[in-house]
Amino acid sequence: MPLDRSDVEKIAHLARLAVSESELDAVAGDLSNILDLVEQMDSADTVGVTPMAHPLHMAQRLREDRVTETDQRERFQSIAPATENGLYLVPQVIE
Amino acid sequence: MHDKSIAQLASGLRAGEFSSVDLTQAFLDRIEQYDGALNSFITIAEQAALKSAEAADRRLRTGKATLLTGIPIAHKDIFCTDGVKTSCGSRMLDHFIAPYDATVVTRFDQAGAVMLGKTNMDEFAMGSSNETSYYGPVHNPWDQESVPGGSSGGSAAAVAARLCVAATGTDTGGSIRQPAALCGLTGLKPTYGRVSRYGMIAFASSLDQGGSLTRSAADAAAMLQVMAGFDPRDSTSAERPVPDYGAALEDEIAGLRIGLPKEYFGEGLDPAVARSVEQAIDEYRRLGAEVKKISLPNSALAIPTYYVVAPAECSSNLARFDGVRFGHRCDDPKDLEELYKRSRGEGFGAEVKRRILIGTYALSAGYYDAYYLKAQQIRKLISDDFRSAFEQVDVVMGPTAPGTAFGIGEKADDPVTMYLSDTYTIAVNLAGLPAVSIPVAPVGGKPVGLQIIGDYFQESRLLNMAHRYQQVTDWHLAMPEMQDLG
Repeated sequence: MPLDRSDVEKIAHLARLAVSESELDAVAGDLSNILDLVEQMDSADTVGVTPMAHPLHMAQRLREDRVTETDQRERFQSIAPATENGLYLVPQVIE
Repeated sequence: MHDKSIAQLASGLRAGEFSSVDLTQAFLDRIEQYDGALNSFITIAEQAALKSAEAADRRLRTGKATLLTGIPIAHKDIFCTDGVKTSCGSRMLDHFIAPYDATVVTRFDQAGAVMLGKTNMDEFAMGSSNETSYYGPVHNPWDQESVPGGSSGGSAAAVAARLCVAATGTDTGGSIRQPAALCGLTGLKPTYGRVSRYGMIAFASSLDQGGSLTRSAADAAAMLQVMAGFDPRDSTSAERPVPDYGAALEDEIAGLRIGLPKEYFGEGLDPAVARSVEQAIDEYRRLGAEVKKISLPNSALAIPTYYVVAPAECSSNLARFDGVRFGHRCDDPKDLEELYKRSRGEGFGAEVKRRILIGTYALSAGYYDAYYLKAQQIRKLISDDFRSAFEQVDVVMGPTAPGTAFGIGEKADDPVTMYLSDTYTIAVNLAGLPAVSIPVAPVGGKPVGLQIIGDYFQESRLLNMAHRYQQVTDWHLAMPEMQDLG
């Protein structure tokens, strides 16, 4: 199914991804080609087939509810773009 | 020294013929000399490598060394390394120093291996040519105008050029096996869950699996012995004992049944590659294996299915790169939304963006059933094809890639054509099976890979099949002629 510029703008907004005006047509073309490839799936009869989300049939493991990690806030925040008093800084969101 | 196997080097280290420091320096010198032309490394950890080599030499004297102690290897730059940059081939992580080690990295450290550096790769492992890397393309040591394959292209080029003894890689749709085929190496993708994914930057979590690029099956067995095993930090890690992978290498293969899927020898396969693969299968007949024609009827659906499942998981996994906690942040965003959008728009390259967008679209309201649910149902059909095949045969064989290494730039502008280079490798990831690619007779001076696919957790069988072939042939010993362009 071909996508147009406005479709790409909508999807890019959902993905919180900046796509420049000048790239929109090229991206729409590439995505449409990929979707053409993907639509070959339509040839398969999947009525009643159980979807497979994961290769191994395994149950989610549970662990004891106890603390296993130590507090490494300073270490983790040392690689952040901006922090203050142990908090991550972003542009103001509440007026 | 640079052309010896892990076992030969381990015995040389023990006999005192050379030290790990000598060995490490020799490889660092080769990197200095040749990697300017190949671009297979993103980071060279010279000082850290020499320090671990000194520690390895001390450990060798205590008698508490492992087979890997003192052996210089490289890690794909997707594995987090505490204190050494982990870029994942992306501008997004150009300045990222992970605050912890991946489990795979920890295991090699504990075994005493020496890490020379981090290898180049397609950005976030998305690509089949290593051309999507922020750090530029890698050149194939067999033909420097050609790609090494991808996404573990740097690891493949580095091992093929003897810039390290062996290297780690990851395989989501063929990213170990296809570069192994294009560079003349043994590339092992273990069963999903066999090797911990902790600290391995996630692309598509239900498909990603760590493995190795080596020069021989025996070296691959040594690498897997270190990597494999349960890890409580990976929620999908398999809780199963790890066999001695070296022990089964020499097993007899007479009477084993090899299945050749007719779908892997049809349209799209280079006839010269087909001949080379068929010659290798004749060699297996001479070794006493039984060869049968089989069918994997849903093979043609693997690529379309993968390009829903992988982008869907990627769009979700890569949501964490938002410019807030780590990674690239844009300058002067006017609000939070712009901070997200521009940081991601600037930090990610074109292929990563395409996959995030496809995945976002496939998962968006109204499209989920048509794309994601349908893909998961076909995934089941593909997996069932293999299940039936392994009721009739012990392993499945075919070409790893439809052709030899293609030219740099040749497919870069056409994503769909590029995707087709993984036509024989992708189904294995969808099913979660183990597979290995080994070098067979080259075509026009370029390597060709034979893919051997096994049933779940049958890595020992695959390495045994690969090793027996390597005992009677010497394609795996061929070394590219290196021009000193460094």
